[in-house]
Amino acid sequence: MIIQESLFEGRRVYLAPLDPDNDAEIEARWTHDIEYLRLLGADPARPVSPARIKKRYSELEKEMDEGNNQFYFNIHLRQPEEGGEATGLAYGRLLGFARLHWISWTHGNAFVSLGIADAQERGKGYGSDALRLILRYAFAELNLFGLSASIPEYNQVALHVFGEQGFQEEIRQRQALHRYGRRWDIINLGLLHEEWQEQLAV
Amino acid sequence: MNHDLLSGEKVQLVAPNPEMDAELFARWARDSEYLRMLDFDPARQWSIKKYKEWLEKDLVETEKSDNFFFLIRTLVEGRLIGLVGLDGILWNQGTAWVGIGIGEREYWGKGYGTDAMCTILRYGFDELNLHRVSLNVFEYNQRAIHSYEKSGFTVEGRMRQCLRRDGQRWDLIYMGILREDWERNFS
Repeated sequence: MIIQESLFEGRRVYLAPLDPDNDAEIEARWTHDIEYLRLLGADPARPVSPARIKKRYSELEKEMDEGNNQFYFNIHLRQPEEGGEATGLAYGRLLGFARLHWISWTHGNAFVSLGIADAQERGKGYGSDALRLILRYAFAELNLFGLSASIPEYNQVALHVFGEQGFQEEIRQRQALHRYGRRWDIINLGLLHEEWQEQLAV
Repeated sequence: MNHDLLSGEKVQLVAPNPEMDAELFARWARDSEYLRMLDFDPARQWSIKKYKEWLEKDLVETEKSDNFFFLIRTLVEGRLIGLVGLDGILWNQGTAWVGIGIGEREYWGKGYGTDAMCTILRYGFDELNLHRVSLNVFEYNQRAIHSYEKSGFTVEGRMRQCLRRDGQRWDLIYMGILREDWERNFS
């Protein structure tokens, strides 16, 4: 990689900052998709209002600014849609989020999570593209040593996408989730800087 | 029915008292080995006032049932020797995380921690009706790993090379116990 290569621009997506005025409405709609929320984690799925999302965005920016232990991006399509403005800061359609959190600067590791919210936009490689970007950001910009991801056993797509980028299964938290009438494991995957680097060389 | 849910064979779990305990916490924090067993964050010391604030905050969270935090008191001498607590509780999943520390060094390696762990597990499974309890432990803390195994925990995996201390990288070990494991061993 070279210094001129953009950290935020993938083949198909951008990593973009939060934009409360344009994104909150869309994200609030996603919180009504219970299946999507369940793919992400263990918290109870619940719909929230655009006003609440806006509040969450400003809390997030405050945490990022003051806590210095997370980076949160919204994922946008790279091309503005037909008729959309292609100038200035105009990003394409909002697709989801990518996040590095619980960063420990002392030990050089963090958790990564990512979601493509719109079910119709899944399976098109946007998640993989965004994951490649956030990995590059974590390893080549933040100089982290290792990354972890925590994924429900039933989210096979995520396990596959992270696996493709070199993540290995490290931990199975047995029966940590109770959903769809049975118990499921939470699987933790890990990727070290050196493993990421070797892959780039191949 | 067990009439003394919070007592084990050697220790009793008691309510924190920020006024009194803050000084104890500050004293334990002079022991960097203790801190490095307990915490991922850099070992450091805080004022008694700061410990008191944290203890008070923990109490507020305990009252909201977001966590259950206790001090460990020996049954024989009545001495406060450490802390143990359940946090990160997800009521929808029936899961929690447990953390434990024995600040008084002369009580290390004598079964006090194991007894406190067994006691809080009984509280978690019999009173809170949890399905699962998790914990993290550092690879170099072999005494703790052994104690947790005695309390019924199983190693579920390791986050490779997660910590860097004293010039070496160490794994973060994940352990877990399910209600069924606990019932098989202790009921």
